[in-house]
Amino acid sequence: MDRNRVSNHTTAPLPMDLHIAAQQLINGWVLGSVYGLIAVGYTMVYGIIGMINFAHGEVYMLSAYLTAIALALLAALGVSSAGWVIVLVLALTVLFTALWGWAIERVAYRPLRAANRLAPLISAIGVSLALQNYVRLAQGARSQGVPALLDGTLRLGDGENFVQITHQQILIVVVAFASMALLAWVVQRTALGRACRATQQDPLMAQLLGVDVDRIIAVVFALGAGMAAVAGTLVTLNYGSFDFSIGFVTGIKAFTAAVLGGIGSLPGAMLGGILLGLAESLFSGFVNTDYKDVFAFSVLILTLVFRPSGLLGRPEVEKV
Amino acid sequence: MNRPVLAAMEPAAALGEAMRPGWIGALRQALLAGGVALLLFGPLSGVALQGYDFRAVPEAPWLLAAAVFCGRLLYLLGAETILGAALLRRLTLPPVTRVSSPGRDRRRRLLAWGIFAAAVIGPFLLFNPWYQHPNLNYLLKVAILTLIYVLLGLGLNIVVGLAGLLDLGYVAFYAVGAYAYALGHQYWGLSFWEAIPLGAALAGMAGVALAFPVLRMHGDYLAIVTLGFGEIIRLILNNWLAFTGGPNGVRAPHPTFFGLEFARVGKEGALTFHEYLGLPYSPVHRYFYIYLALMAVTGALAVTAIRLKQMPIGRAWEALREDEIACRSLGINHVMVKLSAFGLGAMAGGIGGVFFAGSQGFVSPTSFTFIESAHILAIVVLGGMGSITGVTAAAAALTILPELLRNFSDYRMLIFGLVMVVMMIWRPGGFSTPQRRGYPVEPGHVPA
Repeated sequence: MDRNRVSNHTTAPLPMDLHIAAQQLINGWVLGSVYGLIAVGYTMVYGIIGMINFAHGEVYMLSAYLTAIALALLAALGVSSAGWVIVLVLALTVLFTALWGWAIERVAYRPLRAANRLAPLISAIGVSLALQNYVRLAQGARSQGVPALLDGTLRLGDGENFVQITHQQILIVVVAFASMALLAWVVQRTALGRACRATQQDPLMAQLLGVDVDRIIAVVFALGAGMAAVAGTLVTLNYGSFDFSIGFVTGIKAFTAAVLGGIGSLPGAMLGGILLGLAESLFSGFVNTDYKDVFAFSVLILTLVFRPSGLLGRPEVEKV
Repeated sequence: MNRPVLAAMEPAAALGEAMRPGWIGALRQALLAGGVALLLFGPLSGVALQGYDFRAVPEAPWLLAAAVFCGRLLYLLGAETILGAALLRRLTLPPVTRVSSPGRDRRRRLLAWGIFAAAVIGPFLLFNPWYQHPNLNYLLKVAILTLIYVLLGLGLNIVVGLAGLLDLGYVAFYAVGAYAYALGHQYWGLSFWEAIPLGAALAGMAGVALAFPVLRMHGDYLAIVTLGFGEIIRLILNNWLAFTGGPNGVRAPHPTFFGLEFARVGKEGALTFHEYLGLPYSPVHRYFYIYLALMAVTGALAVTAIRLKQMPIGRAWEALREDEIACRSLGINHVMVKLSAFGLGAMAGGIGGVFFAGSQGFVSPTSFTFIESAHILAIVVLGGMGSITGVTAAAAALTILPELLRNFSDYRMLIFGLVMVVMMIWRPGGFSTPQRRGYPVEPGHVPA
């Protein structure tokens, strides 16, 4: 058990608790934006073909590696302005990760659309194992890192009682919300988004009306992977360290966020992500850090047991 | 729901131009696949990260892309030839369930007993007063591991293969069994043999406890919840330092033969196995003993599984797998059916765990990660989801092959993953043909 933390907590005066709470809320909001971005991939894929893309966490992991590779290549090419580096790395990572998302759908899921429910899921587990081990073989098992690009900090408050926000964290929140807004615009306002929504509602009818359903499904996978890549880039730039196994736990947590918000609902994914991030941060700040993953998984199980349709989702009715 | 509609749409698209592209089309598709592979593997394989710097590996992506190109081309061209098309059809056709004649059933049973007897007698041929195989210790360890996986495979087969409930946290029950013995020994001085019923009971209770909340879920949700459950158990074992020893693990003594230790010198001067029987000391005795005990338990479980499959409960499991709504409308109590599947499957996992702890002499949370669940799932999938012979063969293959191919052990999980995908695409039912038992019509009975 973490004795230090417990004794700290019991002897601390109330104002200190308040600023710790504020700090944890900020950290949680940042973490939650990341979960939300990854959750979008789960929720869109589930909405359109009703399967859980178990390999989505690995896509996130790939994007962390692609970010580091893009950074290293840009450094070798002599691009040094932090702003340009961030924009270019983000663009390259999103592009290549989206291609991975598309390829995974094409190879491992499309041939299985007619199969029973278990087959795509087992195939997804296979993809997940294969990707993890491919990266382990290609890049080595040790943890990798990237240099810090932005290292400024905003500090509010004085003396011992302060709350701080790093510039990296601000970048995460801003970019996360900008890309969510962009995605919402694509889904709500463009022809592509209309085709996506039509396919989600009734694929057969959509196809009769001239929507290329196969293409739309592939695009949804690519979009989801792209959003996960935004998250992967932001997290990698912020924490600087990752290895081939990070996709697993992050993937389950993002899935928890998607379920909490209501799977199939885009605003739900973001809401679920933020809520889970806040809850997890508060839990690790005030209860116990060691069990924060247990807490997140418990949230998942409890949501599925008591409110499987989540906060914003529609209840699923099974018909014969 | 989306799925049935998509399912109805798929065959036309799959059998259309994609299957018969012609020579030029095949070349074009293969080039496309190779090009995409180059883009995918380019950064990840071509740039090896080293600190903040990198080392270029320009040949790796080209090799991978060339492999994808050749594979795709050969596949498409192979499908064009008569032989290839026939082979592909044979590979991909859903296997027909075969009803075995009663006589065939008896022959199969004889064969099974023959294999069992050979597995029991075999080691004695390699280890007796006249001949002692130099490497028997290692062989027995591999055999023990194989049998543990057979046990786990049979257990998970009940849940996934027969009842169709995808359990991704099966390793949790394995962990419960292993820790039941290790901690039971540490705190209450339980012996190995006392731990087996305890481990089975605790794991079974954990299985039922998990099954209650997930009764309403199926398919994907169930898989994720069981996965979360498995991780929760592992994290608790890892973090509860005061009780479980955390990442340092717990010692679990090797089993004893009616209180006789398998050691050169007994603890505090106690009599040991070899002294009692007047044999020269050999480290093989211990593994020999575990092997035989495990063989008996696995055999008993296999017989139980075969019987259960033919009993009403087993038929209810399979019916539930095929169509839950139809099952419930026919009056099958789906609660009991699911609880029993989870409980029995978990008990097998618990027993496997006790044996694992006893044969390793030590348990720690690193043995119970998701990879282990995936390994057991791979056994069930390859074995053919519900086929008991298939699962046994797959467990043996997946344990012995990696031992033989030790040089390629880095590639093991990569290959597992790829094989799982390919199996789902080509033969979701596994390699074995499903068998149903035939029953003779007895005089005086009118077949329904």
